[in-house]
Amino acid sequence: MQMPQPNDNPRSSGGIAARSAPGTAELREEDDTVESGDRSQPTPASGVTRAPEVGAGAEPETAEAVHPTKVDVRSLSLWYGDTQALFDVNLQIPDKDVTALIGPSGCGKSTFLRCINRMNDLIPSVTTQGQLLLDEADIYGPDVDVVQLRSRVGMVFQKPNPFPKSIYENVAYAPRIHGVAQKGAEMDDLVETSLRKAGLWQEVSDRLSLPGTSLSGGQQQRLCIARAIAVNPDVILMDEPASALDPVATATIEELIDELQSNYTIIIVTHNMQQAARVARYTAFFHLGEVIEYDRTDTIFTTPREKRTEDYITGRFG
Amino acid sequence: MAAPNLKAEKRTRQRYRRERRFKALCVGAILLSVAFLVFFFTDIIQRGYTAFYQAEVRAEVTYSERTVDLPPAAVDDEVRPFVSRGWLRQLPDHVEADPDLMGQTVTRWITADAPVGQYLKGQYSELTEQEKAEVDRLREQGQIRLAFNTNFFTNGDSKMAEIAGIKSAVVGSVLTLAVTMAVAFPIGVMSAVYLEEFAPDNRFTRFIEVNINNLAAVPSILYGLLGLAIFINFVGVPRSSALAGGLTLALMTLPIIIISTRAALRAVPDSIREGAFGVGASRLQVVSHHVLPQSLPGILTGSIIGLAQAMGETAPLLLVGMMAFIPSAPEGVTDAATVLPAQIYTWASMPQRAFDEITAAGILVLLAVLLTLNATAVVLRKRFERRW
Ligand SMILES: Nc1ncnc2c1ncn2[C@@H]1O[C@H](COP(=O)(O)OP(=O)(O)OP(=O)(O)O)[C@@H](O)[C@H]1O
Ligand SMILES: [Mg+2]
Repeated sequence: MQMPQPNDNPRSSGGIAARSAPGTAELREEDDTVESGDRSQPTPASGVTRAPEVGAGAEPETAEAVHPTKVDVRSLSLWYGDTQALFDVNLQIPDKDVTALIGPSGCGKSTFLRCINRMNDLIPSVTTQGQLLLDEADIYGPDVDVVQLRSRVGMVFQKPNPFPKSIYENVAYAPRIHGVAQKGAEMDDLVETSLRKAGLWQEVSDRLSLPGTSLSGGQQQRLCIARAIAVNPDVILMDEPASALDPVATATIEELIDELQSNYTIIIVTHNMQQAARVARYTAFFHLGEVIEYDRTDTIFTTPREKRTEDYITGRFG
Repeated sequence: MAAPNLKAEKRTRQRYRRERRFKALCVGAILLSVAFLVFFFTDIIQRGYTAFYQAEVRAEVTYSERTVDLPPAAVDDEVRPFVSRGWLRQLPDHVEADPDLMGQTVTRWITADAPVGQYLKGQYSELTEQEKAEVDRLREQGQIRLAFNTNFFTNGDSKMAEIAGIKSAVVGSVLTLAVTMAVAFPIGVMSAVYLEEFAPDNRFTRFIEVNINNLAAVPSILYGLLGLAIFINFVGVPRSSALAGGLTLALMTLPIIIISTRAALRAVPDSIREGAFGVGASRLQVVSHHVLPQSLPGILTGSIIGLAQAMGETAPLLLVGMMAFIPSAPEGVTDAATVLPAQIYTWASMPQRAFDEITAAGILVLLAVLLTLNATAVVLRKRFERRW
């Protein structure tokens, strides 16, 4: 399918970016287009979950560039069979920024993340309702090709899962199947660039033919990141990417995320509050399948609006 | 202070004792099975190895019109009683194969009658005392010797032990198993891939799954009945042919291949699939680029074990007529053929004592083939094994 490129998107133009994105008023009006039905629960905090009112805040940081919405989630509900796992989620995730998803275990963070590249399609029992717009095109639309979608929305998993193939092959695989690069010099360049962006080139340039599984855990995770960015996606989803790593490897990954955010929209699930505080500009707090609060990370961590958010952050539950 | 310490020690001692007892039992079980194996192998080898050499008589063989009609006349009276009648009966074939022989008299080693060999090997022999003395005399003169038994490897079955060979059974087995694998491997692997990677999990696929598992437990003779009904009576495949046998064994091997392939596919961690889906691979790409290469060793191992099982199977082949007397090796899959285990059974039921040792020799050949197959499975697994 043809998805509008960022350039086609009027909202990504600088003028709009300067307005009150990611939570623009006109978008909220459109929310009612969703066939919500009686299954979607009324969200008590739905007013809060709409968007961090970045522009509205009076804090001095708001002077920095405000990014347009990249992923616009409208009244998304999801069921595993008869059990509802996501309740009317509304989020506007800004472009070229890091957004963290936090919340107690089992609250639906991974489930939500997997909606964004439709990995949940692989689970037969899943049904979704609502809209999830990527650059204003509904990824659950009828003519969406998931293969195309996943080349634009890459994913990094909790446990490093490089293919049991060579390091080179790990990175070259996705470009090859999507026809992004030709075999040979072009592919070699792409592999090198991707590994450089993932901060792994120095360590592996002399052993590209070794199996990816022969690397250390942190290196494997960076290889997975290189694999994800090799097709130059718009969005990178990361599900607790550092939870299986030691503090040093975690720090490396966090630095990497920091570097990548200038080119990619990154959505990261984490259980580590400090990590969210360090890497993410925005944070969404999930609880029992609902977005309780979504705001600038510093606001969430210093002056949360919701009691539950505060309780979670201060470690009173979860 | 001392009391709880003591108690703990006592418990540990007990635990160690239990551990030792358990270990001893395990070692005992292993020793027992090794003992059975050793006993089995020594017995078979002891009985079978003598079949690999046999008695030959040096004789002047006259090839002429008369001897082609009446082969016993081709050799001297002196050695005639010791020459294999089976060999003499083949004399016209020799002339046919090599017309230059006609009219010549050639001095050569020819296969001796079975009792001569049995006597020379120190086994029971039906030779009279007088004949035995004569054999001893000829042996001293260098007219009789024990030599490598080429007949066993170059001939088909025969009613005479000294010229009976395993070749037609080996060729029959190879053809049959080729048919089995050509049919069962692709169908089995594709069924398993579909069930494991593509099929939705609904009542229908679960029903199929249960049935496949049940099929693996069906007594093999029933597959013979099925093969007889379908392939021979309905499709019209020639009876006794490697094609009929191979297809029947394919039916039997199919569930084994499906089950082992599914196990191999399931052993591939889902994280690999997720990774591939995550970069936008289609389902077919996930399967063919990642899952199948990963599970190949398991699939091959399972298939080879299925093959080895089919190799040793007799019951279903009985029903499609492969327990037959096949003197010359089949030349195609539609020729009448027999297989190694059937051949062994046929020999084992022959009344002559001389068949004892070639029965054992046949078993040795079958075992060698099976060991080779299993070794291949191990080598393949080692070769393709990759970690993740
Ligand atoms: N494949 C599945 N089938 C059925 N239910 C599922 C499945 N995956 C997740 N769930 C349920 O959905 C809910 C949300 O799970 P999810 O994995 O999204 O939580 P999470 O926030 O990522 O938790 P964690 O922090 O522990 O990873 C849980 O109640 C879980 O039991
Ligand atoms: Mg999770």
